[in-house]
Amino acid sequence: MKRFLLAGLLAFAALAARAQLTIDITTSGGRQIPVAILPFAGEAAQPQSVSSVVGGDLARTGLFRLVNTVGVSPIPTEPSEVNFIDWQARSSEALVIGKIEPLPDGRVEVRFRLFDVQKQSQLASFSYVVAPAQLRATAHRIADVIYEKLTGEKGVFSTKITYVVKRGTRYELQVSDADGANAQAVLASNEPIISPAWSPDGSRIAYVSFDQKKPVVVVQNLAQGTTRVLANHRGNNSAPAWSPDGTKLAVTLTKDDISQIYVIPSSGGEPRRMATTPAIDTEANFSPDGQWLAFTSDRGGSPQIYRMPAEGGPAQRLTFEGTYNVRPRYSPDGKSIAFVQRESGKFRIAVLEVDTGQVTVLTDGSLDDSPSYAPNGKMILYEAQANGRGQLSAVSSDGRVRQRLVSSSGDVRDPAWGPLPTN
Amino acid sequence: MKKIVLSIALVSLVAACGSQEVRKDVPVTDRTTATTQPTTPGTRPSTSPTAQPVITANPLTDPKSILSKRSVYFDFDSNVVKEEYQGLVQAHAKYLVDKRGMNVKIEGNCDERGSREYNLALGQRRAEAVKKVMTVLGVQDSRIETVSFGEEKPAAAGHDDSAWSQNRRSDIKYAGE
Repeated sequence: MKRFLLAGLLAFAALAARAQLTIDITTSGGRQIPVAILPFAGEAAQPQSVSSVVGGDLARTGLFRLVNTVGVSPIPTEPSEVNFIDWQARSSEALVIGKIEPLPDGRVEVRFRLFDVQKQSQLASFSYVVAPAQLRATAHRIADVIYEKLTGEKGVFSTKITYVVKRGTRYELQVSDADGANAQAVLASNEPIISPAWSPDGSRIAYVSFDQKKPVVVVQNLAQGTTRVLANHRGNNSAPAWSPDGTKLAVTLTKDDISQIYVIPSSGGEPRRMATTPAIDTEANFSPDGQWLAFTSDRGGSPQIYRMPAEGGPAQRLTFEGTYNVRPRYSPDGKSIAFVQRESGKFRIAVLEVDTGQVTVLTDGSLDDSPSYAPNGKMILYEAQANGRGQLSAVSSDGRVRQRLVSSSGDVRDPAWGPLPTN
Repeated sequence: MKKIVLSIALVSLVAACGSQEVRKDVPVTDRTTATTQPTTPGTRPSTSPTAQPVITANPLTDPKSILSKRSVYFDFDSNVVKEEYQGLVQAHAKYLVDKRGMNVKIEGNCDERGSREYNLALGQRRAEAVKKVMTVLGVQDSRIETVSFGEEKPAAAGHDDSAWSQNRRSDIKYAGE
């Protein structure tokens, strides 16, 4: 069991309250790839260190161990300057070098190289020309390249997350980088905001607003800041979930009955009822191939997870252990479903393997809620309670790595991990 | 047709109220006001003629009136309107039957445990449970809107059994409140 504090505090820049975010990582078992990330030449003159952001990204996954680079002099910035024997002696398997050079037009060129230390060969080399204000985003792109080269999986460091922050009676829907930096409020209200859901292209977020003193489903365009009411029928309108092609959303309405699932075109229109049951049906989530709707229903006497064909049809029960299994979310490969399970009065995040029915509990909190897969399926972001407040946490889908994003103020809840950037 | 429905509703109201007389937990005021003082429900009946009150206070806000009590509390994982709250709900139903221009919203709530959306659905069921008691007593379905705040509007801010028991509730709100 290893436990360490990463990089101290990251400025949670856009927050008026100057909230700060500490990232606390716990790993148990599993091999960590030793990686040496050297300071990039010229980065000290820039507003943002690139190498430290890259190192932070990689370390936070729990899959890498940052090799000590203290005492390396001179610091290599070109392939010819790298002494591979020295890095083998430091037990490093991979090495990252780079440099940042100002251009006459005010932009900077960032160049980095990734080496396999044992084979003494270059694994990747990229250069980016960006404005200095983009250096942090560039660092995330570099970390994505390194992650993919060393693990074979897509990196998610350039993705966004959204979550709700409650401070007193004030609610904010915030969007930040995946590491919690660059948080910006995209919506503020004196009424609750719940259930944010990213459109598949990341351009819009659907959520439930209580501004009209009742739950109403709203879709907000992030770039334009415009909002549109998608569902405001008599009773409740909630639980929005996008279809993978973005053309429609599943929602829960009570306009005809108790909570039942409907599908509405994302451009708006009449809701189509997907099933008629005498029980609560809610929390629908489309499978990534668009074929299924997983959902929560208490038709069997206790809330359990079911799935039905996305076009409607007979439902099939998927969870059988315990008396409280709710809030299903498909993994990006569609093979697993993360959900909330109550066991002995504790609410925890668990994962169901759809084909085998096998359930693995991943977390050990008391009030864990709102699991949301990273777009590479490797991490699950969720809401945990600590000191009576909601906090963002993440757990690897194999349960071995845990992260806690501790905000110094506010009650942070209902996170949703955005899609991979489209560029 | 409407008259028939209404008279049946009134019969069932009287019947329901009449049956309360054997219940220990129902306030004495209820059965009295049901038959003799329909415009002043919840006012404590008086045996002294000199103490006969002149009603000026709004019974919905008068702390002495049962109608000022608006919250029905539920057991964990339950949407059963408990015996101790039947009188309260019946008093509101009676008031609504009398005040035909009035509409109500019933807001269901849950404690913080479990998923937000499932709690929203559970809160709805709690609101529906209160509505059902009212419609059985003759309040038209269309006059009652049920909504849920799930776990989003706790009455008590704590994270223990005491707070949770105060948060599992349905609140009765009259139009304009």
